[in-house]
Amino acid sequence: MLNRLKYDLTMAEAARTAGGSRVDLLVVADMVEPGARVLDVGCGDGELLRLLETRGVDGRGIELSREGVNECVAKGLAVVQGDADTDLEDYPDDAFDFVVLSQTLQATRRPREVLEHMLRIGRHGVVSFPNFGHWKIRLQIFFGGHMPHTDNLPYAWWETPNIHFCSIKDFRELCQSTGARIEQAVALNAWGSRMRLKMPWWFWNLFGEQAVFLLSRPD
Amino acid sequence: MADVSAMLDLADRTREADAPHSQVVRFPAGNPLRLDAGLDFGPWQIAYQTYGSLNAERSNAVLVCHALTGDQHVLNDHPVTGKPGWWESLVGPGRPIDTGRYFVICANVVGGCMGSSGPASTNPATGMPWGLDFPVITVRDMVRAQAMLLDHLGIESLFAVAGGSMGGMQVLQWAASYPHRVFAALPIAAAARHSAQNIAFHEVGRQSIMADPEWCGGRYFADNTSPRRGLAVARMGAHITYLSDAALHRKFGRRFQDRDNPTFSFDADFQVESYLRHQGITFVERFDANSYLYLTRAMDYFDLAADCDGVVANAFRGTPTRFCVISFTSDWLFPTSESRAVVHALNASGARVSFAEITTDKGHDAFLLNEPELFAIVSGFLEGAAKARGLPAR
Repeated sequence: MLNRLKYDLTMAEAARTAGGSRVDLLVVADMVEPGARVLDVGCGDGELLRLLETRGVDGRGIELSREGVNECVAKGLAVVQGDADTDLEDYPDDAFDFVVLSQTLQATRRPREVLEHMLRIGRHGVVSFPNFGHWKIRLQIFFGGHMPHTDNLPYAWWETPNIHFCSIKDFRELCQSTGARIEQAVALNAWGSRMRLKMPWWFWNLFGEQAVFLLSRPD
Repeated sequence: MADVSAMLDLADRTREADAPHSQVVRFPAGNPLRLDAGLDFGPWQIAYQTYGSLNAERSNAVLVCHALTGDQHVLNDHPVTGKPGWWESLVGPGRPIDTGRYFVICANVVGGCMGSSGPASTNPATGMPWGLDFPVITVRDMVRAQAMLLDHLGIESLFAVAGGSMGGMQVLQWAASYPHRVFAALPIAAAARHSAQNIAFHEVGRQSIMADPEWCGGRYFADNTSPRRGLAVARMGAHITYLSDAALHRKFGRRFQDRDNPTFSFDADFQVESYLRHQGITFVERFDANSYLYLTRAMDYFDLAADCDGVVANAFRGTPTRFCVISFTSDWLFPTSESRAVVHALNASGARVSFAEITTDKGHDAFLLNEPELFAIVSGFLEGAAKARGLPAR
């Protein structure tokens, strides 16, 4: 138990020192099989794709912001400018082994359709998102009476790109209603470490600041 | 005496077409160029320039494809105008297409007028320029000719093919026709087909040439004339499409040319008029009017989907080539939507593709200009490709 904790902290530290990598990216990367074909939807400046490349993954990206795309291409990554809400339908079935939505789903206009496209294009999906059910957020709304601000959610309500927040509980319900199978789920605590304890979902929903789900197609 | 001077004049006018200031490969009649028009054309020739040196593995060759009115003089002073090479911004020592690392080849397209067979070349059967007897060519024919040049040079596989506009069309055709000969493809400000609007612009240009009485049905060399005015007007019209409203306003606005007030005449009162007239006049010094007809026609006919049951993606099915598609925000001749259509097709075919749209007000011609973002993207893309190809790092 202690060893695990130590491992997690080391991993988090390593991530931060490696150019400030987001910890959730390491967790996402761990869920992807080495050598797989991966589409990273909303790949930002290409941090995850670079990480995956070091693991022999054939990675492609879609990014909405022109700056992000140009930065990625200048790094030699295969990234196209596009919108998860409109452009996923252009990808053929089974084009990828994994489709990743890293901190992207909550910024889409139609998360349900995006999720369905994700599991059409790829055999597996990896989704990471900020958990809106976290206790700090609940407290800020309950006592502060305003939309929450945290390190992971730094935007004011009127400028945030995150238009469809959900809690871990909400996301599980979406998976159930679309038939997506949850292969693995990881909650990250406030320090960005994995919560490895075997706990009931309500606990994760309250104490997980971020969540990462590995999904596969409905049978 | 008059005949002799006319002949000397003719020799002078067709010199760059027949015996250019470039290396030339001459293919005999027994090794013809198979044309989409349905005939084997030969003897024929292709003129080209190279920069940098080919490595021992022959794996570092980059083919640059030029645009409609460009030529093979990418990096050296132009033999006719004396102006610097047309892509010195992007190609050269230490530039994104680094001649210190890559062996850069650029050939004049067939149908052109700078040393590859075209309507200004001499028809061996008559001793006179081909004129309209030259067969109509296509972008695919241009690419087929370049492939024969590479065969001749002993280059089996290209590290990269790069080009803008009509050059970008050739890049896409290269990747479609010879996927295993193209490691990386860089189509810039291009499209998988020529749009109706662009065909329309081309038709205006061609009609302006043909409306010039000195065009003489295309036989102006024989008649010792030249459709200079028609070609200049064609160039003026086309040049507007290469720029943007914002760029024209930035450069010229409504400013007068060397005067404070309008002259109430049809003189070039405005700077923008004077600029366009200058563009027209300088163009006719270096370009053959019939060539302009043939090359605009080749672009009009370009439609990758037409060769593949109407689906562009079929042109790239299973391609091993990695692509970097680039467009410019203010390009209304080859707008981003056209590049995006190419990207959709490449995605659908499972190709490894990058796509960037660069913010600029310089219009279609931005690919020729100083665009730092373009340089960064081309550098990054080629760097990644070079690594994958096993070329030594910079």
